[in-house]
Amino acid sequence: MPNMSLKKNKMPLQDPNVRNKNFNEVALGYTEEEAVDEANRCLNCKNKPCVSKCPVSIDIPSFISKIRERKFEEAYQIINKTSSLPAVCGRVCPQEVQCESSCVRGIKGESVAIGRLERFVADWHNKNTKIDPQTPKKNGYKIAVVGAGPSGLTCAGDLAKMGYKVTIFEALHIPGGVLVYGIPEFRLPKSIVEKEVEELKKIGVEIKTNVVIGNSITIDELFQQGFHAVFIGSGAGLPRFMNIPGENLKGVFSANEFLTRINLMKAYKKDADTPIGNFKKVAVIGGGNVAMDAARSAKRLGAEDVYIVYRRSEKEMPARLEEIEHAKEEGIMFKTLCNPIKIHGNSDYFVNGITCVEMELGEPDESGRRRPVEKPASEFMLDVDCVIMSIGTMPNPLIKNTTPGLKTQSWGGLVVNEETGLTSKEGVYAGGDAVTGAATVILAMGAGKTAAKAIDEYINNRNN
Amino acid sequence: MFKILKKKVLNPTVTLMEVNAPIVAKKAEPGQFIILRVDEEGERIPLTIADFDREKGSIKIIFQIVGSTTEKLNHLNEEECIHDLVGPLGKASKLNNIKKAAVVGGGVGCAIAYPIAKRLHENGANVHSIVGFRNKNLVILEDEFKKISDKFVMMSDDGSIGEKGLVTDALEKLIKSDENYDEVIAIGPLVMMKFVSKITSKYNIKTTVSMNPIMIDGTGMCGGCRLTVGGKTKFACVDGPDFDGHLVDFDEAISRSSVYSDFERHSYEKTCNLFKGAN
Repeated sequence: MPNMSLKKNKMPLQDPNVRNKNFNEVALGYTEEEAVDEANRCLNCKNKPCVSKCPVSIDIPSFISKIRERKFEEAYQIINKTSSLPAVCGRVCPQEVQCESSCVRGIKGESVAIGRLERFVADWHNKNTKIDPQTPKKNGYKIAVVGAGPSGLTCAGDLAKMGYKVTIFEALHIPGGVLVYGIPEFRLPKSIVEKEVEELKKIGVEIKTNVVIGNSITIDELFQQGFHAVFIGSGAGLPRFMNIPGENLKGVFSANEFLTRINLMKAYKKDADTPIGNFKKVAVIGGGNVAMDAARSAKRLGAEDVYIVYRRSEKEMPARLEEIEHAKEEGIMFKTLCNPIKIHGNSDYFVNGITCVEMELGEPDESGRRRPVEKPASEFMLDVDCVIMSIGTMPNPLIKNTTPGLKTQSWGGLVVNEETGLTSKEGVYAGGDAVTGAATVILAMGAGKTAAKAIDEYINNRNN
Repeated sequence: MFKILKKKVLNPTVTLMEVNAPIVAKKAEPGQFIILRVDEEGERIPLTIADFDREKGSIKIIFQIVGSTTEKLNHLNEEECIHDLVGPLGKASKLNNIKKAAVVGGGVGCAIAYPIAKRLHENGANVHSIVGFRNKNLVILEDEFKKISDKFVMMSDDGSIGEKGLVTDALEKLIKSDENYDEVIAIGPLVMMKFVSKITSKYNIKTTVSMNPIMIDGTGMCGGCRLTVGGKTKFACVDGPDFDGHLVDFDEAISRSSVYSDFERHSYEKTCNLFKGAN
């Protein structure tokens, strides 16, 4: 009997006034009953509009049917066929603009909660299944993957399953990329990332941490070492700043630095070796998911007033609706249509305020969003002791600068064939933020999958 | 894990370690640095590569015990391992077109100045080394510098070794005595580099300084190491660590280097007490 409720089953959450003081996961996950009940809302449409909107083409109605039958492990196996990191995607994918956006149930009422169900299945598997995955038979070819973030892990997993001997080179001291340095514990527990990485190791993927490709070893040297192809998933690591006065004062961070100190270096723990500072009034500049993460982290560290300062209106914010709602529930204050023009410091060079101007929306720009313009004589001061710049990132030029023949766009992104991920250099593929600039985890994973398939074809064609 | 092959105490606060790190040793050039973590929970700190042996696959680091992490590092012994070590990072020093140089080192900065002076000497350049220490107990690398220098000047704050005075006094004296340097390379405390740059700008001599700000990843990701050079924001980890001393905003760099000083003092005391308890 289908469940004809117009609304999704609610995700159980930690209370906002409790969770804004801890780093534990905010969303607690469906129970078995809640999951089965939600699965009954799926109509199992023949033409599966949801699948075509999934960057990794998960067979969504099939795995939901298995939940309905309470065959949770079988549901997991269906997802696992096409997605390498289900527990991660169930948490951080923007489902509302992907699979769930084309769900038939969404025409009248809310879509099926596909993301929450994916998360339920992955968590159920992680908790209840102890069988080690089978190690695939090796085909004798070696592939190097640069960067252990979402695109690299996905590409490595797919290639390993096809029988390739894959080595991932990671610049930091632990694998995970943005999943460990960027996305906070309360949104994506690090134990989940560790678990997914362990699964990859079990199928034979080797991970070498502390190696900066470009510096420690160049791409050309990887081929000399006997690798047959290379995938570059080095991410978009370089933070942007606004180039306004006062940006180098003490208490001004890039969102990357602020989040890396907290997530990767565990600065939120009382006895951590890496400090973060004790800020009371924090302004986060920007309106994306990273800005929400930074603001919510600042609150959890004990800041009394935390502002999101964004130059357009809330409607134009690139952050997921859910993240914006969670932030508001936790007491983050939104200053929209507002832009900082100067950061002020005290005599010790510590931040003690920012001057902002009010903005209004003018004609649409090339992104289709209405361009914000300054309102005359609208300057005002915001009393803060910390400013976090979360206005985007650019690709890191380390690899480009040390790899002859690798073409990039004027803004630094690697040039690739979209169908295959092939760069301008034979045998070298790329995907994720290194190609697109800052985007989502799932798009990076999709690019990793595409490249894995293309690398397999390249190796096969070479041999024919 | 990176095994410590050799440990040598250079003076009561400065230690040299030779560490097994083949990937780094293969690529390292003077001026580049590594980032290390002493243990599983440790912070990431940058240290300049003091020397490297490509065949042996090892690098040397020289560090001053100034805080919690360097204190912990100093408690490791030969045959023990450093948890993480990555590099070489940053750009190598540009030394090829220098025929005559003054290399100015202050305190533990001499550890970074030495490989540069050595490479200049190997390139056939005329090298004048000016090194300064607070007193004779803190002197490091004296013999090494003497071996590769065409002129060697030792300065100390209290006159207990060499001449009494600052390295800047010695440098200015040499410049005034018509030593025509193509370039002055200054490595040491920020204040020293600031005043060396002030003097050389008066005489219009190209000056390179090596900046060593607070870093996390060392690959350009966090931007914590940013500094202002010629009015523009640069990242020491990827744009440096070498910069034109006449363009660096030293006052800003000095201010930024102290951002965590309260925390660091507290953390250092805690670590010291911990080791006291263990001993």
